[in-house]
Amino acid sequence: MSARTASVLYDVPGPRARRRYLLAGVLGTLGIAALFWWVVSTLADQGQFDGSLWAPFEYNAVQQRILDGVLATLEVFGLSAAGSLLLGVLFATGRLSDHRPVRAVSTAVVQFFRAMPLVIMIFALYQAVFTAEPMWGLVVGLVLYNGAVQAEIIRSGINAVPRGQAEAAYALGLRKTQVMSLVLVPQAVRAMLPAIIGQLVVTLKDTSLGYIITYSELLYVGKLIASNSDGYPYIPVVLVITPIYIALCLALSGLARWIESRGRRGANRRGASAA
Amino acid sequence: MGIPFEDGNFSLFVRGFLGTLELSALSALFALLLGIVLAAFRVSPVPVLRAFGTGWVMLFRNTPLTLMFFAVTFVLPRLDVHISSFTAAVAALSIYTGSFVCEVLRAGINTVPLGQAEAARSLGMGFGQTLSLVVLPQAARAVLAPMGSVFIALPRNSAVAGAFNVFELFSVQKTLTEKGYAIFAIFFWVALAYLVISFSVGAVFSALERRTAVAR
Repeated sequence: MSARTASVLYDVPGPRARRRYLLAGVLGTLGIAALFWWVVSTLADQGQFDGSLWAPFEYNAVQQRILDGVLATLEVFGLSAAGSLLLGVLFATGRLSDHRPVRAVSTAVVQFFRAMPLVIMIFALYQAVFTAEPMWGLVVGLVLYNGAVQAEIIRSGINAVPRGQAEAAYALGLRKTQVMSLVLVPQAVRAMLPAIIGQLVVTLKDTSLGYIITYSELLYVGKLIASNSDGYPYIPVVLVITPIYIALCLALSGLARWIESRGRRGANRRGASAA
Repeated sequence: MGIPFEDGNFSLFVRGFLGTLELSALSALFALLLGIVLAAFRVSPVPVLRAFGTGWVMLFRNTPLTLMFFAVTFVLPRLDVHISSFTAAVAALSIYTGSFVCEVLRAGINTVPLGQAEAARSLGMGFGQTLSLVVLPQAARAVLAPMGSVFIALPRNSAVAGAFNVFELFSVQKTLTEKGYAIFAIFFWVALAYLVISFSVGAVFSALERRTAVAR
């Protein structure tokens, strides 16, 4: 530990503290190794690493089904991401409208859908409207819920844009709609991009609710594979599916970090040239 | 508007409501405990523990909640672990929410300026005093608002448990739908129950925020 990583919680360690940390480190490593070994040996004792349980994954048909499941998940995610961003912008501007009724309605809608459990909404939509196409029940539910959350994110972004921006735009003779769509929303979206993509990760994770309404996304496909194969390989399926979800989510948050660093670089450059 | 609360439907609804409350309260407790332990790992001076905390949070924050429920429901029986689906649901929810609690706590501790601890130490305070009198009270204030949104999300997330053999409000919605009542009437009542829970939790947290607020 160097002084650089000094934390608010503890001082830079002296020789005795360093020895204590080393001891804690060794004990911690042993503990974690023991935990890991326990998990693996429990799985092995129950025969979960037997070749026969993992054999299904060697078939092309099963691999194809997993791939189809990933694609179905991504399809729902793409549609709901686009829809929720659109709805988010719409309701964010609605909540900032000059007209009282528009404001009231947008506020009520946003607050309602933000407080609703997604499962309840998706199940009601599936039972009432989309009995034949679970995909659209899932997409509409995701769009309504995430749209409401994105609306709040974008609204706080718009509120954070300096007042002078809107005043300057009005002074140049732009209309209300133009000020919003050309000046405020682009800056708000850019400033709130990390939060927006964070919510998109939540959207991606929530596509797995399609499992409940029997939409054949990744998790449901996994369940089908596990329940139709010899020996019911639920654990191998979970061990295969979880990394796929984690990789998708990490890819999306990696994208967020990349865009954020790019945005900051651009802002710095512009700031420098303006000064 | 309303479902006919006839032949025991009302007591069904009340049982579901209590099920949601029980599940959420227990999971909130365990998530808080797990989150505190994980946050302690993540800010500890021991690199191994920090790495473990980071890895754990990365793993469980990026796993869908439905997949966690799926895992505890179908994986544990394969390992000869037989626990009730309620216990399994509490485990899944607490592990999922615990990582979010950890992130909130860590962010809260990071908001306390380094100078505060340095000033406390230069006044002669020991480690325990610095932590309990200076750092944690300030971190707690910064943590309340984001912690509120984590614990408002928890009862909403608990609805997924209804799909995995736990009796709560989502199960009520499913049962009444199967009995053939109007779907949007059922939705109205279940939604109302969730709104009541959300607003109560929200009210508790905003009261806490008001009590701990300081003029800056």
